[in-house]
Amino acid sequence: MIAILRPAFAVVALLTLFLGLAVPVGFTGLAGLAFPTQAGGSLVQRDGKVIGSALIGQEFAGARYFQPRPSATTEPDPATPGATRPAPYNAAASAASQLGPTSGGLLEAVQARVAAFGGGPVPADAATASGSGLDPHISPDNAARQIRRVAEARGLPEARVAQLVAQQTEGRELGLFGEPRVNVLRLNLALDALR
Amino acid sequence: MTLIGWAQIALVLAAVVAAAIPLARYIAAVAAGRVTFLAPLERAIYAAGGVDPARGMGWQAYTLAMLAANAIGFLILYAQLRLQGLLPLNPQGFDGLSPWLAFNTAVSFTTNTNWQAYSGEAAMSYLSQMWGLAVHNFTSAATGIALALAVARAFAAGGLKDLGNFWADFVRMALYVLLPLAVLVGLVFVAMGMPQTLAPYAEATTLEGATQTIPLGPAAFQIAIKHLGTNGGGFFGVNSLHPFEGPSALATALQTWCQAVIPFALALAFGHIVRDPRQGRALVAVMLTYVVVATAIVYAAEAGGNPLHLALGVDPAMGNMEGKDLRFGQALVALFTATTTGASCGAVNAMFDSFTPLGGMIPLFLIQLGEVLPGGVGSGLYGMLVFALLAVFVAGLMVGRTPEYLGKKVQAREVKLAMLAVLVLPAAILGFTAVALVLPAAIASIQDQGPHGLTETLYAYTSAAGNNGSAFGGLTADTPWLNVTLGIAMLLGRFAYVVPVMALAGSLAAKPKLAASAGTFPTHGPLFIGLLIGVILILGGLQFMPALALGPVAEHFVLAAGKTF
Repeated sequence: MIAILRPAFAVVALLTLFLGLAVPVGFTGLAGLAFPTQAGGSLVQRDGKVIGSALIGQEFAGARYFQPRPSATTEPDPATPGATRPAPYNAAASAASQLGPTSGGLLEAVQARVAAFGGGPVPADAATASGSGLDPHISPDNAARQIRRVAEARGLPEARVAQLVAQQTEGRELGLFGEPRVNVLRLNLALDALR
Repeated sequence: MTLIGWAQIALVLAAVVAAAIPLARYIAAVAAGRVTFLAPLERAIYAAGGVDPARGMGWQAYTLAMLAANAIGFLILYAQLRLQGLLPLNPQGFDGLSPWLAFNTAVSFTTNTNWQAYSGEAAMSYLSQMWGLAVHNFTSAATGIALALAVARAFAAGGLKDLGNFWADFVRMALYVLLPLAVLVGLVFVAMGMPQTLAPYAEATTLEGATQTIPLGPAAFQIAIKHLGTNGGGFFGVNSLHPFEGPSALATALQTWCQAVIPFALALAFGHIVRDPRQGRALVAVMLTYVVVATAIVYAAEAGGNPLHLALGVDPAMGNMEGKDLRFGQALVALFTATTTGASCGAVNAMFDSFTPLGGMIPLFLIQLGEVLPGGVGSGLYGMLVFALLAVFVAGLMVGRTPEYLGKKVQAREVKLAMLAVLVLPAAILGFTAVALVLPAAIASIQDQGPHGLTETLYAYTSAAGNNGSAFGGLTADTPWLNVTLGIAMLLGRFAYVVPVMALAGSLAAKPKLAASAGTFPTHGPLFIGLLIGVILILGGLQFMPALALGPVAEHFVLAAGKTF
């Protein structure tokens, strides 16, 4: 028995020290030197204060801002121990709705989002909750449908806002991978910077 | 489906195959002890364990050493997860895990399943992630490759007494194959936006004045090995969907490459070990066929969208977007889904629970086929070899000849052991699912009503027994019943499967290696490839079809009829 367990313990313990401590700590140092912004979470600052991460979506409810996709994240409900309540873009607890294709609850939610958007055809990203609950992007179609509202709320010409959306629209990566998209936080920061 | 979507799929698969070819030669060289750039460390590890890496082990000794290493690893991880609250590198002050959850998680990471009944950013300290879970991503993957090497060697020559040295295989695969790839890929991942820091979570004040807590951690390195080792356990709760864990379409494409490249390379390395590269290429052809067909079905189903939602006025252009983030696109979601379940990885870049019925059936079915397409690192190759033996057996029955595979006669003992292994999966999956569907404590965990609820439970036990780790996430998995039974299913899927396979390898190794004759059925041509595809579908898949008919297939017709629950 000892003949089997001694190598098992020694090999596993040494590999753990090396692969679980020495290498990752060294790797963390190297990553911080080579790519300090990304390694630190791609945090975005304005006036010296952290206002979010370029990669993580945040909630925008007001008419003055472009609004992100529906988010299914939640937070603990202080009224009922053990229960949760909706808290869109709660980055401390990424989550999806996990509702199936024949879910009646999902159908009602989609119906309400389509109605709120002013009728179809509604871009699918505006009618459905994202998988992470923290999707930083919306589709260019979705952004285009919000231009008039934002322009009115800010008293800006629609063409000016449309120009900004066009500037903030990212194409496919390397011209091939993924989808065209607009980063909502970056777009809204650019809007605020227009003042 | 679009042309540009298929171009993305084709490019990623081409990159996988192109890299697998040199990687296969490299793995074969490491397995033969010809790679030595960390020799001082390697020697120190052997010395501490009193191991002679040159001493061969028979199948029993090899299997016992493997079980001992995994048992010790399990105990260390269990203790660490229970004591998390008392240990350092815990800036968010998370408590230790409950005994049930710690058991489930420790089993999960030891067996290369990485089923997660917890959410990373809300439960795991940096120490638990880095020194607990990430280490098991290395060791469980190295265990799988070691076992595959042992099985492959059984075919290399006649009259073999041993299958290699477990400790040498285990240490070399971790240090020379997994570690360098993880460091390289990890650095690319950091550049793409994945965090790698020991700083506590960031507090941000959003443009609308709310507070947002942004989780951080030593993520990129762990995410690299999570894909390379086909482990799949996410650093963050929503896995590769999290904007920090899958920051871009390129990142998701690279993750797809990572989770497929070693399994494909191992199939080719098998060809090198048995000194007949055509044999490895035939296995790759089978694996690739399944991956492409599975990708096409998921792609078509998801790009088609949910008919009920389209009828409400949702634009069909983007397909079914519930549970998906925008940046990846349906093509890369489909390819990632097929490789993560075909390869026993279990990471996800979209939520399967919200897939269309047929889109969600494919990942489920790929796991049920035995995780051999291309399978987990190591486990995919030895699983595929079991099917190859059964395929030559079936062919032998048709012509009335004793079947041979690579010059080794396949006789009653071998076929019995192969079937014993193949039957572990349906017994564990269907047995536990059947019990769970009548037990109130298990039914309470189901989120969705109707056929979808059955699929949620079936998927959980399929994922556990198949050592995949992906989930239909609506299921509430952190309950004592599910933690324990899923843990047992994971143990059965890993160890009850591999012990008969190792006995099979020991039995084959001792046999003489016969020269090919005019009557030998060639196992590298299109006929064998077609036969193997059919054997996997029938012997691997048939027993699950009634359950699939009650779950996703029934749901497909319910959806077409416009019914919701």
